[in-house]
Amino acid sequence: MNSIVCLKQVPDTEAQLRVKTDEIVTEGVKFVISPYDEFGIEEALLQKEKAGAGEVNLVCLGPQRCVEAIRTGLAMGADKATHLDDPAFDGSDALATAQALAEQIKKMEYDLIFCGRQAIDDDQAQVGGALAEYLGIPHASLVTKVEVAADKKSVKVNRQIVGGEEILEIPMPCVLTCQKGLNEPRYASLPGIMKAKKKPLTPVKAADIGIDAGTVGAAGSKTKGGNFTSPAARTAAKIITGESPEEKAANLAKALREEAKAI
Amino acid sequence: MGKGIWVFAEQEEGTLRKVTFEILSNARKIADSKGEQLCAVCLGKDVAALGDKFAPYGADKAYLVQHEALGQYTTDAYAKALADLITKEQPSIVLFGATVMGKDLAPKVAARVGAGLASDCVDIRLDDNGSFVVKRPIYAGKAYAEVSFQNTEIMMASVRPNVLIASAPDESKTAEVENVTPEISADDIRVKVVEVQKTGAGKVDLTEAEIIVSGGRGMKGPENYKMLEDLAEVLGATVGASRAAVDAGWRPLSDQVGQTGKVVSPNLYVACGISGAIQHYAGMGTSKVIVAINKDEEAPILTKCDYAIVDDLFKIVPPLTEEVKKLKAD
Repeated sequence: MNSIVCLKQVPDTEAQLRVKTDEIVTEGVKFVISPYDEFGIEEALLQKEKAGAGEVNLVCLGPQRCVEAIRTGLAMGADKATHLDDPAFDGSDALATAQALAEQIKKMEYDLIFCGRQAIDDDQAQVGGALAEYLGIPHASLVTKVEVAADKKSVKVNRQIVGGEEILEIPMPCVLTCQKGLNEPRYASLPGIMKAKKKPLTPVKAADIGIDAGTVGAAGSKTKGGNFTSPAARTAAKIITGESPEEKAANLAKALREEAKAI
Repeated sequence: MGKGIWVFAEQEEGTLRKVTFEILSNARKIADSKGEQLCAVCLGKDVAALGDKFAPYGADKAYLVQHEALGQYTTDAYAKALADLITKEQPSIVLFGATVMGKDLAPKVAARVGAGLASDCVDIRLDDNGSFVVKRPIYAGKAYAEVSFQNTEIMMASVRPNVLIASAPDESKTAEVENVTPEISADDIRVKVVEVQKTGAGKVDLTEAEIIVSGGRGMKGPENYKMLEDLAEVLGATVGASRAAVDAGWRPLSDQVGQTGKVVSPNLYVACGISGAIQHYAGMGTSKVIVAINKDEEAPILTKCDYAIVDDLFKIVPPLTEEVKKLKAD
C-alpha cells in the first residue's frame, strides 16, 4: 500500500496574526502541520501497517520553513518526502498549488493520496478535489473512515454529508480529503524524531517537474488575495441583568424579541 | 463579453437550498451592472417542477439539467454535466453555495474548465472598475481577504450560506427555461454510492439553521443537553456543540461548530457554557446576533457577543425557555 500525503505548513491556530492591508504578517509565529493533514499522515501510516507493506510519501509545497513540518511528518513514521521549494511557487493559489502537486505526483507510485479537507490558513478546501481532477482520478471529500478492499483495487469510505453520512466505493488510486473523526494522529516519538533526520527529503524546483513557471506563483494564479482587513469588532456586549435568574432570562427574551428582533 | 452569471441551484429531493436564493438575489445587481443574464443551473433526475422557482429571486433563465445519473449526487456525474455545460455556454461567473456539495463540486469543475475559484465567500460584488471581486474569511476568520481574478475567462466562487440576504420574492417574474440533457456515460461515474445514512432526520442542518442553541464544557454532561433541546424546540433552533463537548463524547461530531467542525452563520447563536476559544469563534463569528450565557466572567465569548448573561446556565436556560414560550404565544 503506497500512499502519498500532501501536507501544508500553517500558522498554529492559537497564533496572533498582524493584519496589514497588503499582507498578513506571520513573522515570529509558530508554524505547524495543518491539522487535517495530520489525519492524512496517520491514515496513510495505519493503512501501511494494515497492509504490512508499502511506503508513505509526503509531498509539501512551500518555502524553506516547511522543512520543519516535513521532518515532523517523517518523525511520525512517513518514509520519505518531496519538498516543492522554489520562489516560482510563491503566491500560488489553491488551484495552481494543486497543479504543481499533480505534476510532481505524476512521477510517483501510489494507491491512495491523502489531503486535509482544507488547510487552516487559506481555508479554501480546493486542493484535494482539484488534484484528483488534474491527475484524472476520482476523489471523496470529508472522509471519516477508510476501508481498503481485500483485492486492494478499491476503497470504501464514509464521508460527512448534510444531515448524515454516506458510504462510497471508489476505485484506487484516488484522492481522499480527511475530516476530523477519521483517526487520532500519533505523536512523533523520540526515536522517530532521531530516525526522521536521516530519512530522504528531496527538494524539487519548478523546472524539475516540467511545470511552466507562468502557470504557478502569484503571476500565474487565477485568483489573487489582497486588501486584507481585520473582522469588524462587535460593539461591547450588552450585559443582561436582573434580580434573579428568572428576571435575567425574561429580560434576555425581551431584548431578543424587541431589540434584536431575532426571535 | 461572457454569456451570463450562473448560480448552481443545489437541490436535494426536489427541495432547493436557501443559499441558492441568497446568491441569486445578490448576483442580480452584478448581472445588471455587467449587462448579462442571470441564470440558475439546476441538476437532478427530475427537477422540472423547480423551473419557476428562480425568477422571483431575479433569474432571467433556468437551465434544468436532467439525467438519471443525477438523481443521487456524485462528484463525477455532477462535474461532468456542469463542466460540459460551462464549456459550451462560457458563462463569465459561476457561483455555488459553500455547502458540503458546493465545496466538493466547485474545485473539480474549476480545475476541469480552467476557471479561478474562491471558496466560502461572504460578499460578492463588482469593484469600481467593474471587475468581479469577492470577500472571504481566512485564518479561520481572524482576517478577511478580498480576492480578484486574473488569467481566466471564467470566475467561480462559493458563497457561505446564511450570510447574503435573499430579496423578497417577486412572484410576478418569469424566467426562460432551457432543458438540457447531459451526456453522462457509466464510465464517467467512478464512485459508487453504497449507502446514505441520514441521522438528523427532520432536523435542520446546523449550516442552514436560522437559530442555533449550542452547548460547551459548561454543560457538564450529555444528560444536560435535554435542557438545550427544550430551548431549541421553542425557538425552532438546531442544537450545536463546542469541540470540548464533542471530544468528551457528549455530542456527535456532526454537531460540532468551529474551525474543525461546521461553519455556521445563523441569525441567532446562543452559546451556553462555551468559553469561546478562537477556534469556536471561527465557526460562528459571522452569526448575526450572538448570545452568551456563561458564569465565568473572564470567558472570551463575553467580549465577542451581543448579549450576555453572566450566571449559571442551569439557572438561566429553563426560565428562558419558558419566557420564549410566553412571547411566542402572544
